[in-house]
Amino acid sequence: MERKIRVLTAKLGFDMHNRGMSVVNRALRDGGTEVVYIGNQFPEGIAETALQEDVDVIGISSLNSASSLELMERVMGIIKKKHLEDKLVIFGGIVLPDDVPKLKEMGVNEYFPPGSNVDSIVSYIKENVPQ
Amino acid sequence: MDIAKEVLNGNKRAVSRMITLIENKDPVAKEIINELYPHTGSGKIVGITGPPGVGKSTLVDQMIKEWRKRDKKIAVVAIDPTSPFHGGAILGDRIRMQDNFLDENVFIRSMGTRGAYGGLSKSTGEAVNVFDAAGYDIILIETVGAGQVEVDIAKLAHTTTVVVVPGLGDAIQTMKAGMFEIPDIIVVNKADLTGADDAVMELELMLAWAPKIEWKMSVLKTIALENDGIEELLDEVERHWKYLEETGMLYKREETRYEEELVDLVTENIKESVLKEIKSNGKLDMIVKKIVSRKITPYTAADEILAGLKPNK
Repeated sequence: MERKIRVLTAKLGFDMHNRGMSVVNRALRDGGTEVVYIGNQFPEGIAETALQEDVDVIGISSLNSASSLELMERVMGIIKKKHLEDKLVIFGGIVLPDDVPKLKEMGVNEYFPPGSNVDSIVSYIKENVPQ
Repeated sequence: MDIAKEVLNGNKRAVSRMITLIENKDPVAKEIINELYPHTGSGKIVGITGPPGVGKSTLVDQMIKEWRKRDKKIAVVAIDPTSPFHGGAILGDRIRMQDNFLDENVFIRSMGTRGAYGGLSKSTGEAVNVFDAAGYDIILIETVGAGQVEVDIAKLAHTTTVVVVPGLGDAIQTMKAGMFEIPDIIVVNKADLTGADDAVMELELMLAWAPKIEWKMSVLKTIALENDGIEELLDEVERHWKYLEETGMLYKREETRYEEELVDLVTENIKESVLKEIKSNGKLDMIVKKIVSRKITPYTAADEILAGLKPNK
């Protein structure tokens, strides 16, 4: 057995940031994981990719606090519909302070706010990836 | 879930899971492959190879769309390099294929090379068989960005397409061994760039010297981003299949593929069992020490190890 952790990374909707995503992708690569990076995607595309690529982790980034929560609700809804609840879902970027607990309530496993150490993302994944 | 049965039913989740089991060398995978194998052999395998950045993924994206119009069910295996240093990989081919993400009859799977150096991963052939068993008509394989020697695709695919762009070099490059020995079809992509006609001319000149076989190879021009030349490319691929079928070459290609795979499997198994034996009793360490202190040569050591192996009953 030679298992490798597979991580899907995507930017949510029309969010146009780039640098943070590249830094996280690089860190994940150097951490020995296989990163399937799909750029900007809507919830349907994210969930279908997670299914076809059989990833262990779904990592979503968004700096658009106005639409993040609503789109994340749709992401989590489709994940449930497609029976992908075994995936670890992490979210990085900006949401309104009041919305942080709501992310967790809808099933997001961890939230990484701006300024998070990239290594902490990699080690969180390694420690919490479903066996 | 009975994975073999569900793969045969075309269940996407089962297909996806099965490829993971294969990639991770899970012992369960072998049994499932044995169940699936009799149901393979009808899918057409198309390889897309060429240097990094020539537009392979974009071309594949357009080929999927065009084949969907022709009502084919398409699977894609897209391979990107695994880091030899950390074992990680950025699998970034899929990002160019976004238009086809939600099509029920398209399945895209990204793979890291995981230590293989021929442009594919070790699991590519088995993943192709899974898609074949699951009822995909066409399995497109996009290799890693390939240079001159990553030519394993030619042994696996029924039709190998080499993609280049204008300005990659002069006629000398086309004479070199490797990449230009494998194509059934050559594509000059980004044909709107200066030098496209020169590139086509030089490649056609090379073909004039190619061994005379019944298959007349062509050099096609495409502009993948603008969906230009894709229909002609698909027509050419389908014409090649017809040629393979009519001449019996299809059978020959399958023979080549499975001879290669069989030899690989046997070699791999022998290697593993030999290493297991000589590592387990400290023999390897001992012999290495003798070599380093010049008491014995590496060749004699290898002969000694092989002579001492117990033959498997």
